[in-house]
Amino acid sequence: MSALLSAKGLKIAFGGVKAADGIDLDIAEREFVAIIGPNGAGKTTFINMTTGYLRPQAGSITFDGTDITGLPPRQIVRRGIARSFQIPQLFTEHTVIENVALKVAAHRGFWHAFRPLLDRETTAATMAILDQFGLRSVAEARATELNEGTRKLTDIAMAMALEPRLLLMDEPTSGVASAEKFGIMDTLVAALRARGVTAVFVEHDMEVVERYADRVAVWSQGKILASGPPAVVLNDPAVLREVIGVEVKHAAGATPGSGDAHA
Amino acid sequence: MMGRSLTLPTLLGVALLIGLAASAPWLKFVFTIALAKGLAVLGILLLLRAGQVSFGHALYVAVGAYTVAFARPTVGDVLLLLPLAVGAATIVGLLVGLFVARYRDIFFGMLNLAFSMVFYSLLEKLYAYTRGTDGIRVIPPTIAGLAFERVSYEWVMLGLSLALAVGLGFLARIFLASPLGQALPAIKARETRLEFAGISAKRVLLVSYVASAALAGLGGGIIAMTTLHVTPLLAYWTHSGELVFIAILGGGGAVLGPFLGAAVFELVRVYAAAAFPDAWQMILGAVLLGIILFASRGLWGIYEDLTTRRAARP
Repeated sequence: MSALLSAKGLKIAFGGVKAADGIDLDIAEREFVAIIGPNGAGKTTFINMTTGYLRPQAGSITFDGTDITGLPPRQIVRRGIARSFQIPQLFTEHTVIENVALKVAAHRGFWHAFRPLLDRETTAATMAILDQFGLRSVAEARATELNEGTRKLTDIAMAMALEPRLLLMDEPTSGVASAEKFGIMDTLVAALRARGVTAVFVEHDMEVVERYADRVAVWSQGKILASGPPAVVLNDPAVLREVIGVEVKHAAGATPGSGDAHA
Repeated sequence: MMGRSLTLPTLLGVALLIGLAASAPWLKFVFTIALAKGLAVLGILLLLRAGQVSFGHALYVAVGAYTVAFARPTVGDVLLLLPLAVGAATIVGLLVGLFVARYRDIFFGMLNLAFSMVFYSLLEKLYAYTRGTDGIRVIPPTIAGLAFERVSYEWVMLGLSLALAVGLGFLARIFLASPLGQALPAIKARETRLEFAGISAKRVLLVSYVASAALAGLGGGIIAMTTLHVTPLLAYWTHSGELVFIAILGGGGAVLGPFLGAAVFELVRVYAAAAFPDAWQMILGAVLLGIILFASRGLWGIYEDLTTRRAARP
């Protein structure tokens, strides 16, 4: 099985705190991998390194056979890696359709000064994505008027508009009302599967991990403690002690609307 | 995001402007200057969409104006002088823009100010070329090969400025709806998200910066051919401030805002200066204060509110 993404010996530390201390992680094509672990373990740092936002101090990241270590975000995106954010990063001056259309245009041809952003072609492509994410009804709403779940979906739809091969998601269900989380995940996973996208998601909610991940990687103190199918890993006593024990996080623990609960 | 139709207010504005200019001959000069400044402010508006305020765009007005003054002895026609003014401002805008487009907010504003003040000093000190603070007189050029006597010259310049304002306003409106134009508010809101879409925010801003420099250069060229005299004061920072002032006064909601703002600004200035020679700046200050406190979307915002309320009423 050849890996789509392959991290080898990744190291990065912030003032003595080792966020990655020799991380080896392979992600296969079309795999859904959840990364779990206590706060501050380095899960988001992994996304930041893979997307070029942070440069690892040692080690390498290979995507589809090419070394992408330390490339700037813009070049990495063009190779087919997109990301979404724990706190949705929407263009707050725009509507939902414009938010996604900007990304569609970014992927298909952005440098037009005298052709409307929402021309027929871009509008059609954008509406197709909005449909897939169940966002058609809020297409004309301003990004600032949405509830947290819709903001999350819009944020992920924006990443998907770049037609990535690999999507990295930072806590897709954090801040979402617990009644909504499975609905959002069902929509999301169906859209990703339909497009054959490989996905890595950082997640705190074990119910979500169990239900949607093909594989779980447990991140702890800059190392991968365990990796395997959810049914095995989530019953491993070492993992329970290290992750679940430290951080019992029931669905009810997530407060709706508080997207900035933790970094 | 094209917004409402601007056809009616544009036609009304053009008719009002020509009517007033016909009834009071000295208004031709005032309105030509107002339209020239409106063009420069249209450029400021592009940058404002990205949340960036330039306190140095008088630089490009002065580059355009001095290009006309320097070229006039050898180039005799408006239709050649204006492209020269625009060309010079575009080149300077590109060179400065490559540097300042990397900066944001206060740094962007102050770096623009610094460049404009360096140019001001050069205009003042290089007496052998620029005649310092005395400035350079511009002989009235021909227009499309025709020499006009004074009154007709003023009319033709007003008509030309009006045509340019309408044409470029229309073009700016199309630009603002394009991906590049729509990316400006995206820079204001979340620049990093553009980078994560593979788009260089710096380059997006640079495009608008160069366009804004070209518009200011065009305005400067018109000013030089209307006042027929250029001085270093054109590049002085208070003039840059004036352009930002007009942008806020007019409002950034639509491309008509800059021209509305510029016309009102020039009229208030002329009348206030005549009625209260010692206090006219205070009156301008009070007007701006009133706008910021009570109508933050500027004069255009007031117009929109008035017309929308009427339309919304069943």
